[in-house]
Amino acid sequence: MLEKTGVPTPQEIEEAFPSQERLAKGPVAIIECYQNIPCNPCYTACHKEAIKEFEDINDLPQINHDDCNGCGLCIANCPGLAIMVVDSSYSKDEVLIKIPYEFIPLPEEGMIVKGLDRKGKYVCDVKVVKVLKSKTLDRTPIISIAVPRQYMKVIRNFEM
Amino acid sequence: MKQVEILVVGGGPAGLCAAINAAQAGAKVLILERDEKLGGQLIKQTHMFFGSEKQHASVRGIDIARILLDRIHELENIEILVNATVLAIYDDGVVNGEIDGKYVKIKPQKIIVSTGASEKTLAFPNNDLPGIYGAGAVQTLMNVYGVKPGNSVLMLGAGNIGLIVSYQLMQAGVKVKAILDAAPKIGGYLVHASKVRRMGVPIYTGYTVKEAHGNDSLERVTIVELDENWNQVDGTEMDFDVDVLCISVGLSPLGELLWQAGCEMKYVGQLGGFVPVRTEMLETTVEGIFIAGDVCGVEEATSAMVEGYLAGLAAAESLGYEMENLEERRKDYLNQLESLRSGHMGDSIRLGLDKVTVRSEVVKT
Amino acid sequence: MVRIDKHPVLEFKRGKKIRFTFDGKELEGYEGESIAAALHAAGIKVLTHSHELKRPRGFYCAIGNCGQCIMEVNGVSNVRTCIEPLKEGMAVKTQEGKGGIL
Repeated sequence: MLEKTGVPTPQEIEEAFPSQERLAKGPVAIIECYQNIPCNPCYTACHKEAIKEFEDINDLPQINHDDCNGCGLCIANCPGLAIMVVDSSYSKDEVLIKIPYEFIPLPEEGMIVKGLDRKGKYVCDVKVVKVLKSKTLDRTPIISIAVPRQYMKVIRNFEM
Repeated sequence: MKQVEILVVGGGPAGLCAAINAAQAGAKVLILERDEKLGGQLIKQTHMFFGSEKQHASVRGIDIARILLDRIHELENIEILVNATVLAIYDDGVVNGEIDGKYVKIKPQKIIVSTGASEKTLAFPNNDLPGIYGAGAVQTLMNVYGVKPGNSVLMLGAGNIGLIVSYQLMQAGVKVKAILDAAPKIGGYLVHASKVRRMGVPIYTGYTVKEAHGNDSLERVTIVELDENWNQVDGTEMDFDVDVLCISVGLSPLGELLWQAGCEMKYVGQLGGFVPVRTEMLETTVEGIFIAGDVCGVEEATSAMVEGYLAGLAAAESLGYEMENLEERRKDYLNQLESLRSGHMGDSIRLGLDKVTVRSEVVKT
Repeated sequence: MVRIDKHPVLEFKRGKKIRFTFDGKELEGYEGESIAAALHAAGIKVLTHSHELKRPRGFYCAIGNCGQCIMEVNGVSNVRTCIEPLKEGMAVKTQEGKGGIL
């Protein structure tokens, strides 16, 4: 499916996510890289050695979610923009999703925006909690959005 | 007549890297670039590159161009001429070109041809209407000149260029209505596809353009589904009101100079068209003529850069320049190329290269 | 809004604003950009016509390869406008026929 449509299946998304226990502990990187391509910056960006060294540059990234502290350094370093950080401990009803966003205008903190799924379809309104923009991010700002818990594995983008 | 040790034809990623390595070895290098700027297609690439640190992974193409140009300008034995189009390579090794409107003759000892590739097109009714552009042309218009190609775009081709240019169109504020590709599967990296999908752009695989419509310029495009034998399926037509249709159906190597110089050329579909027979060190069948980048076979810019480094080393070595750790460096470049091509995405590239690469073992026997 | 003013990754350093003519009509563009880019920004997409069937033609490759963008510039015919930099006061014309080289 993915290779026909560009949209991962629910099973593929499920497999990219860590266990419920790990999710409950706080921020963690979710790598949605489903195809062997010659690319390894996620490994070089990771300071926690959570992303294992690549034997072959075409390997899929292997992340040990227990070693990942969700710092998000890999987000803006992934040329495929395939990484997000999910903080499931954010609040009772909401999770925090940190995603790369390379469009203008950037949203403002506190703004209510439209949460979109992996097809770009509207799911529900979400709140922009943080807009991170810095030199290290090199023109790939990271936007944190608060998403209703039930849409943790559904929402992956937003529009204003 | 101008004398030079190494002439590099084409100042894109491959040519720049070739010039850097040849000049670092001590050779006097002349780069001729037909555009007014060096950098080739790198200067239009706003996305981060793939690969590893050695190929500047996760750095944007525009910034890689700057890194390479800084190195070029540090090297005093590199001369650069822009607005310089090479027209011919003669039997006596004399190269002529038009430089700033003047006819110039140059006698190089070695030549590295890194002329790149040009965009292919596709046959369908009204494919010549203004508003139908090569995807690379649209990239040039919006990323070099800052001019939008139009209001809404249909992208033909879901390879990396089609996917990347679609994303860049959205970054420039242009609506992309859909991406289609005749192949049953997306040809580009799926991470690029996912990027445009979650922006709401549909991707239609197994579809092609049936017809374009418009009077003086494009107004509408009809697409149609293809069956497993690539025949159009009646009744599956869909219309898109767009003023731009981007064609991204592949590139073909610009090998004219190599043909003219008498290099043995072979048609290799996997590499985009006619490409020169070469050694692993990227020397063609005409001694002293080396190649690097898309002219060897259409690939990613990452491999073009590594090929450039390799050809630069080989050309300098053939002039008798001695280099430290030559064998080690050469092996490193060959390993980089091998790993960039080793995955599933490199299957057809490897098949293609096997048809035109004369391995060193064979040369020795 | 054909010109891109703000971009998430790029900054455009344009030359100075200058005037040129297209088939006698006064237009504005930026010095140094390609003639075809300036025309496109002014809404002009038809740059020439095919010799036989007189079909409208715009640029295709924008890097001087395909020859679909040739026009007469300051009396010189067959200028590839996709790579020719725009200069103050240029007279750009739709070319009739194949043009001369004198």
